Amino acid sequence: MNFDDTPQEAEYRALARKWIEANRPDDLMKELAAADEIKDRDARTAKILKASKAWQKKKADAGWACLSWPKEYGGRGATPIQRVIWDQEEGKYGQLSGPFAIGQGMCGPTVMAYASEEQKRRYLPPLASGEEVWCQLFSEPAGGSDLAGLRTRAEKDGDDWIINGQKIWTTGAHFCDYGILITRTDPTIAKHKGLTMFFLDMRSPGVEVRPIKQASGHSGFNEVYFTNVRIPDAQRLGRVNDGWNVSLTTLMNERFSIGARLATGVPEFFDFAAQMRMADGTPALDDREVRSRLATWAARSNGLKYTAYRAISALSKGERPGPENSIGKLVAAPMTQDIAMYALDLQGPMGAISRDDNSPAGKLYQTLFHAIGMRIAGGTDEVMRNIIAERVLGLPGDIRVDKDVPFNKIPTKGR
Amino acid sequence: MNFDFSDEQKQLRDEARRFLSENCTPKEVRAVLEGKAKYDAKIWKGLADLGLLGIAIPEEFGGAGAGRLELCVVAEELGRALAPVPYSSTVYLASELLMLAGSDAQKKHWLPKIAAGEAIGTLALVEAVGDATPKSIQATVSGGKLTGRKTLVPEGEIADFAIVVAREKAGDDARGVGLYIVDMKGAGVSAKSVETVDPSRNHAEVAFSGAPADPLGQVGEGWSCVDKVLDRAAVLVAFEQIGGADRALEMGRDYALDRMAFGRPIGSFQAVKHMLADMYVAATLARSNAYYGAWALSTDAGELAEAAANARVSATQAYQLCAKNNTQVHGGMGFTWEFDCHLYYRRSNLLALSLGSLTMWENRLIDEMRKRNAAA
Amino acid sequence: MNFDDTPTEAAFRAEARAWIAANAPREHEADLRASPFGRVALRNTDIIAASKTWQKKKADAGWACLHWPKEYGGRGASPIERVIWGQEEGVFGKLSGLFIIGHGMCGPTVMAFASEEHKHKRLPPLASGEEIWCQLFSEPAGGSDLAGLRTRAEKSGGEWVINGQKIWTSGAHHSDWGLLIARTDPEVAKHKGLTMFFLDMKSPGVEIRPIKQANGQAEFNEVYFTDVRIPDHQRLGKVGDGWNVSLTTLMNERLSIGASMPTGFPELFDLCERLDADGRPAIENRHVRAKLANWATKSNGLKFTGYRAMSALSRGERPGPENSIGKLVAGSTMQDIAQFALELEGPMGALRRTPGIDETGLFVAMLLRSPATRIEGGTDEILRNIIAERVLGLPADIRLDKDVPFDKIPTKGR
Ligand SMILES: Cc1cc2nc3c(=O)[nH]c(=O)nc-3n(C[C@H](O)[C@H](O)[C@H](O)COP(=O)(O)OP(=O)(O)OC[C@H]3O[C@@H](n4cnc5c(N)ncnc54)[C@H](O)[C@@H]3O)c2cc1C
Ligand SMILES: Cc1cc2nc3c(=O)[nH]c(=O)nc-3n(C[C@H](O)[C@H](O)[C@H](O)COP(=O)(O)OP(=O)(O)OC[C@H]3O[C@@H](n4cnc5c(N)ncnc54)[C@H](O)[C@@H]3O)c2cc1C
Repeated sequence: MNFDDTPQEAEYRALARKWIEANRPDDLMKELAAADEIKDRDARTAKILKASKAWQKKKADAGWACLSWPKEYGGRGATPIQRVIWDQEEGKYGQLSGPFAIGQGMCGPTVMAYASEEQKRRYLPPLASGEEVWCQLFSEPAGGSDLAGLRTRAEKDGDDWIINGQKIWTTGAHFCDYGILITRTDPTIAKHKGLTMFFLDMRSPGVEVRPIKQASGHSGFNEVYFTNVRIPDAQRLGRVNDGWNVSLTTLMNERFSIGARLATGVPEFFDFAAQMRMADGTPALDDREVRSRLATWAARSNGLKYTAYRAISALSKGERPGPENSIGKLVAAPMTQDIAMYALDLQGPMGAISRDDNSPAGKLYQTLFHAIGMRIAGGTDEVMRNIIAERVLGLPGDIRVDKDVPFNKIPTKGR
Repeated sequence: MNFDFSDEQKQLRDEARRFLSENCTPKEVRAVLEGKAKYDAKIWKGLADLGLLGIAIPEEFGGAGAGRLELCVVAEELGRALAPVPYSSTVYLASELLMLAGSDAQKKHWLPKIAAGEAIGTLALVEAVGDATPKSIQATVSGGKLTGRKTLVPEGEIADFAIVVAREKAGDDARGVGLYIVDMKGAGVSAKSVETVDPSRNHAEVAFSGAPADPLGQVGEGWSCVDKVLDRAAVLVAFEQIGGADRALEMGRDYALDRMAFGRPIGSFQAVKHMLADMYVAATLARSNAYYGAWALSTDAGELAEAAANARVSATQAYQLCAKNNTQVHGGMGFTWEFDCHLYYRRSNLLALSLGSLTMWENRLIDEMRKRNAAA
Repeated sequence: MNFDDTPTEAAFRAEARAWIAANAPREHEADLRASPFGRVALRNTDIIAASKTWQKKKADAGWACLHWPKEYGGRGASPIERVIWGQEEGVFGKLSGLFIIGHGMCGPTVMAFASEEHKHKRLPPLASGEEIWCQLFSEPAGGSDLAGLRTRAEKSGGEWVINGQKIWTSGAHHSDWGLLIARTDPEVAKHKGLTMFFLDMKSPGVEIRPIKQANGQAEFNEVYFTDVRIPDHQRLGKVGDGWNVSLTTLMNERLSIGASMPTGFPELFDLCERLDADGRPAIENRHVRAKLANWATKSNGLKFTGYRAMSALSRGERPGPENSIGKLVAGSTMQDIAQFALELEGPMGALRRTPGIDETGLFVAMLLRSPATRIEGGTDEILRNIIAERVLGLPADIRLDKDVPFDKIPTKGR
């Protein structure tokens, strides 16, 4: 057991490091930080996008974008372990990739698996280079954890499909160029069986994006309304009524992003506690209770890190990482919430003061709200526990009352 | 044994609930949250008209002359409704301090105004990050003029008067600390709005530069007065917290009954059921602890300090748990501005800090338990 | 709001106190105080003999099973009087452990369903501790899901013939009588084919085998039934109505209020005062304090929740559902406290008795007993279900076995 790179890995790391060293986007990072303080959503988004796109394009031009994708689609044909090495080397600059995470992490792989060769050559390179941004139009008011409960209709009309319905929680829809969209094409058969996947131009007539204001007051996600939106049949991904299986490709990729930079709040809390003074003037970091909590959190966060290393080792040997990666968000999200609350508490009454600066205390304050979303987005804590219980531990699935029931016969009211 | 509120007190609770359910809906809370007003003057006036601002103020000073138990039941309702009014600062802090330390003239001047809804009061204590200690008090009074800066004053922009904790003698212990009544609309006072985690309650940073300061009680006794009043307020705020916790629990339960996923109400999944059961357990323990605090408060029992800390720690934890689990039960909806979950999430985190941190109250609880054990 | 007794309550308390002062077995007081959880031990006397002596003495003076009618060996006292008695009896109440199941569960079931003749014969010696009862409910296939039980009762003339096995039967080895639930019809839905009986534990064909517990003791047993005969007049309730009869028993199990469940908190607080950490009492360590404060509010919260229930009783009302939280909170709190105490004691904590600090091995006993508290009489998960469903009104679990004939219900998980 060791943490050393193999000679090839070391060579690759040196190459990446050298390129990053020569191209460090420190100025762009400053732009990104400055954007945090802009209140107006459009102005803020524009500033973030500008900085992010600049870095992404630069990487793409030098062959450092979407590393694991084939070269002909804008990638580098790198191995999974090389991608991890790149992520490690890119480090904090990876924050500049935020707007592309969904497109490159989830939409891209789905397009890669199901679109025509022509479409792949047309759409994937600009997705990789950040010139076009994609969003994921899955969740609906009636289909969140239970995604297959979605109701947005797609009806065939000649060579087109006509879409009517509503999506919700669509991150980034307001600045995206394309989206992958899952719809119901047959409501008379069981819920998982009547779904079909498409991709579409977000500027198609009939698409209306309305921002949702979040609990924090910010607005990163949207409702998207579809009124007689036409999608050519050529933009269907997978077979008609096979959308559920197609979506699994997407979701698998969502949960498979290893070594992904999961925010745990621990480094921020460490810095915070080192700066913060207790009532008697001693650093909070010396307080027994602070230490005890920090130690618990640090051990958990390290556990995540080394679990990721185990996965990386598997990758390095050319194996598929095991299911232990599904614990990441489940561990990190509630922990960030606890850490944020405790950081506020340590500051006494003034901990309640709202702040959006980039200091450790400022970041922890924002985490108080961010954590709410993190515990829900991409699978709630409860759903993640079900996944671990069922897919990892092999326990039986929940009793399904909606299985094999025609979709339009499933009850929609709780009481 | 009658460890419960009396029928009259329960009637008062119902009356307060009726008034607030009609006049203090999330719409009113949001108006303040979104900055359309600094507090809801209509609710404030209504509370005055119902006699709820002067419940505990003696009749000779224009109040109802009832006890603190009556205050507890009203507090619970205010917490439940997230009332965007300066009740806690005016009633639990300012008016309690006046009653505890005020001269007859001071009481005559301020208490009737408080009871009538004509004066909003507050306590200006905090000057620095961390829990307030005698050492942290650096605002000074000399020659009847106050100079210094209070970094987080609840209702700082709307208060008509503040009771300011300041020192007359240099140093860092409690001996030089006194209390001073300062006219917040008068000379030498400038307040700047500060946004907190819960903007449905007004907060400000207040700078005093030679503001006229009227001493309240003796120099050297100021800190112990604050300490006493914090204990009383801790019980009352605990009632606000259990009111909020119960409401958050109800919201979560109702959503779990209505929201369908996988063809069944989400409330039929044990993950959700057990989350709600845990909220119920925490809220029940906190309620029982708050009742004990209420008893100690109403009888001014020797156990008050311990009972207050016990009620406070329990209520803070229960409210935070209920508010955060309520957002979790709501899924994505819990993360929206539109749903009310975040109002409770915000308030739970504000109240957790407003009278000093959980850490501080945990320490007080253990200190008091040790004292009692040592005496036994 | 006050903690004062009403005049009637005060008079009752004074009477109880005076009688206890004059009659309690003081010679056992110190041992009882020092007895750790779930392990009452007396130095020079057999615990069963001592328990029976005290119970008989109480019964003779009319202080046994206070809320039972006089003709069945009780006192006809009100619920609040029973609580007051419990408070006054204090540490001597630890001598009642032997009778808890009989008095708390079997007695009320017999009272509700037996013939007048049986009640007059069986209840007074149960109240006076001359006869001990146990509860034969749980089976390997029927714990949380009690109605999954498989012990058969088949009619043969005026008798029933019992075959099968019970498990976890506390005190079966020193019981005279047992309350038994058995399946009389396996072809109807599981809750519908059950019938309740009581039987003489010395009946031929009853075999009791002790189960060694995780903490090394043997409080409970397996009980095997081979062609055991029970006369039909010892049936409680109608044939096929055993499920409803059992609800009476279980309701009584969960309604024992004022019976404040121990959490181990006072013991931990005391330990933290005495234990040295870095040259100062552990209680001055901030980390220790944060933990203590949290458990203090739990243990106080339980106490005051009990007071609220007592107040309801005192007003003649039925206590609300808040009582269902007692065991749920106390069981896991005790487990956490025990773990923390042992951690504080350091490597010595692993010893059964830490010299000079924990002479009686209190926290080890707590650590080993608390898992059982979290299971017996309804596991933590079942209690959460009960709170969610009966208190908060959430839907019941989806049942796969409802309305399915018992003998068609799958018995293997995979
Ligand atoms: C910040 C953020 C960004 C998002 N971005 C996107 C995006 O870009 N594209 C997109 O399509 N979606 C997005 N989502 C939506 C997200 O995937 C859903 O919110 C999530 O799947 C939960 O669905 P829901 O909100 O409908 O909650 P519900 O499914 O209604 O859940 C409500 C509660 O019920 C519980 N629950 C539900 N089912 C079960 C079960 N079987 N067992 C136990 N408990 C259960 C949940 O855990 C939760 O506590 C985003 C959400 C957030 C918060
Ligand atoms: C100290 C002690 C004394 C006892 N004394 C007696 C006695 O005198 N007489 C008697 O008849 N019995 C007695 N019992 C038995 C006791 O009532 C059962 O152990 C208890 O009901 C649990 O049943 P089980 O052991 O079969 O566990 P199971 O029911 O098999 O439970 C196993 C696990 O599954 C969980 N589980 C089961 N069903 C559900 C559900 N629907 N939802 C969620 N989780 C679930 C449980 O919570 C538990 O974690 C005693 C037990 C103990 C520990």
